[in-house]
Amino acid sequence: MVGEGILKGLAETARNFFGSYVSKDRLTTVQYPEQREPQIEATRDFPFLVYDGADWQQGLRCVACQICEKECPPKCIFIEKSKDKKPDAFGKSQFYPAIFNIDISVCMSCQICVEVCPFDAIKMDVDYHQSTDDRFGGLLFNKQRLAKSNEYYNAIHPTEAAAVDAQRAEELAKLEAKAKAAAEAKAAAEATLAQKAPAQPAAGEQQ
Amino acid sequence: MTHLALLMQQLDQIFVLAAHWLLSYLPTALQPLGSAILSVTAIILVFATLFALVTWMERKGLGRMQNRYGPNRVGLWGIFQPIADGVKSLTKEDIVPFTADHAVHYMAPVLIVAASFLGYAVLPMGRNMVMVDLNAGVLFFFAVGSLMELAVFMAGWSSRSKYSLLGAMRAIAQMISYEVPLVLASIVVLMQAGSLSTVAIVNMQAVYSGIWPHWFVLTPWGFAGFVLFMIAATAESNRSPFDLPEGESEIVAGYFTEYSGFKFALFFLAEYIGMFATSGLAITLFLGGWSAPFSFLTWVPSYLWFFAKLLTLIAAFIWVRGTLPRLRMDQLMNLAWQFMLPMALLNLLTAGVWHLMPAGPLRWLVCSIMVVVPCILLGRGLKHKKKLQVRTYHFSQ
Repeated sequence: MVGEGILKGLAETARNFFGSYVSKDRLTTVQYPEQREPQIEATRDFPFLVYDGADWQQGLRCVACQICEKECPPKCIFIEKSKDKKPDAFGKSQFYPAIFNIDISVCMSCQICVEVCPFDAIKMDVDYHQSTDDRFGGLLFNKQRLAKSNEYYNAIHPTEAAAVDAQRAEELAKLEAKAKAAAEAKAAAEATLAQKAPAQPAAGEQQ
Repeated sequence: MTHLALLMQQLDQIFVLAAHWLLSYLPTALQPLGSAILSVTAIILVFATLFALVTWMERKGLGRMQNRYGPNRVGLWGIFQPIADGVKSLTKEDIVPFTADHAVHYMAPVLIVAASFLGYAVLPMGRNMVMVDLNAGVLFFFAVGSLMELAVFMAGWSSRSKYSLLGAMRAIAQMISYEVPLVLASIVVLMQAGSLSTVAIVNMQAVYSGIWPHWFVLTPWGFAGFVLFMIAATAESNRSPFDLPEGESEIVAGYFTEYSGFKFALFFLAEYIGMFATSGLAITLFLGGWSAPFSFLTWVPSYLWFFAKLLTLIAAFIWVRGTLPRLRMDQLMNLAWQFMLPMALLNLLTAGVWHLMPAGPLRWLVCSIMVVVPCILLGRGLKHKKKLQVRTYHFSQ
């Protein structure tokens, strides 16, 4: 019969129309500013810089290697390397970024900077409330605005952050073990040297 | 009882009486002009308000059909959404393409709104409530209705944009194709009424046998005519499923792609005003205009019936829009020329048979068969013609 399909379709939309007033389950809309869906753990929007400890300037993991700046597809990262060096979390003397800017109006949230960072210094944030009426000041994030603590990172991406922390702890332990071994070897060498050294004059004295 | 009847009669004629009272303050020479200005103002105010209300209803209705809320932020249930939209479109930048024909580009939205409002001059919206009772009212309505096509083409042509031009070409092809069944579907009413005057047509329908009115839709040819008229009216007002001229997925916004700000809003306004006007004509021709659906309800003021019918038809438009996907161009043309045109012509014959046969059940039977059988046969014929074939792509395999 002609128009049968149309009638079926009309019945379906009528069912939706009245059903949406009867059962709330049909309405999937989340009333955004008041209601919010919980974010999934892998949520990401814009990058931020992780720092350890209490002082963001001291604890920044970034060593200004500029790999992320080079890899960034839309070129939204701008880094200026420092002239001097300071010790990083592992005690190694490293450069640090004198300027680290990300223009999040250009950033496309691809996470490539995070993938390429060898220092676990840059990670993806979950805070998407970034709209502003100030295009240049409000969307160009400087080092201070980008710096967020490792605790924050643990809070937003627990699994990922735990893995990163474990790896860093392992590396630190390895380094410490190495340092300890080196120190021991040095101490042993010094000890033998000390053993030998007094022995020699003693021998000399004996001679 | 007589007091109550008198009161209801007064209420029925309240706008007519108010107009007379206002005009009595004018000198006699100025009264025709004053009457015209008064009617025009009333029509523009009422239908512009209805437009605002219907955009809100449509967004709510479509939302609910898709299991959404629809607008619910501005005011209670989002009722002030049209005001917010109006403020938005008024404050937006008005961009005219550099290569556009500025004069024509400017005139098109003005003309389309003017043309869409002209049809209301002959629509009786209540007892004694018609702006002008032309003796060729229906003809006038169709004549000014075709002005809209001109405005659409002006908009598409003057914009100098491929999308605008494509949209305008589609609109012209569609509107001209569907004007034929639209007019043919309404001719059956003219045959029965023997008049082109909308007031005479409504007066013919506002009589009752028992409790039933003599609406033309309650006859086989009238029902078929009404359905054909409504399908053609949907296509005429460029609404889904016939919204090819502004198919967003293919040609941005069709003929008004290059319009912004309030000019864009004017096209939107014209589309809705045109839809109300054709619905109003459908009500006048088939649904008894301002007359009550049952004889015991005649005490309700006549204009309320007209607007109740209008809102019902608008709700049907929204329902159809929420249900059907857009047709393809060939489907659109096939429907117009292969289904609706033969049906409308056969319907003329049916109306003639109805007129010549004596009243009784036999007339009903013959005319119903004359409507239903061709409809089924034509539908089948169209279905059989469809040859769906599997496409093969030589180069991609």
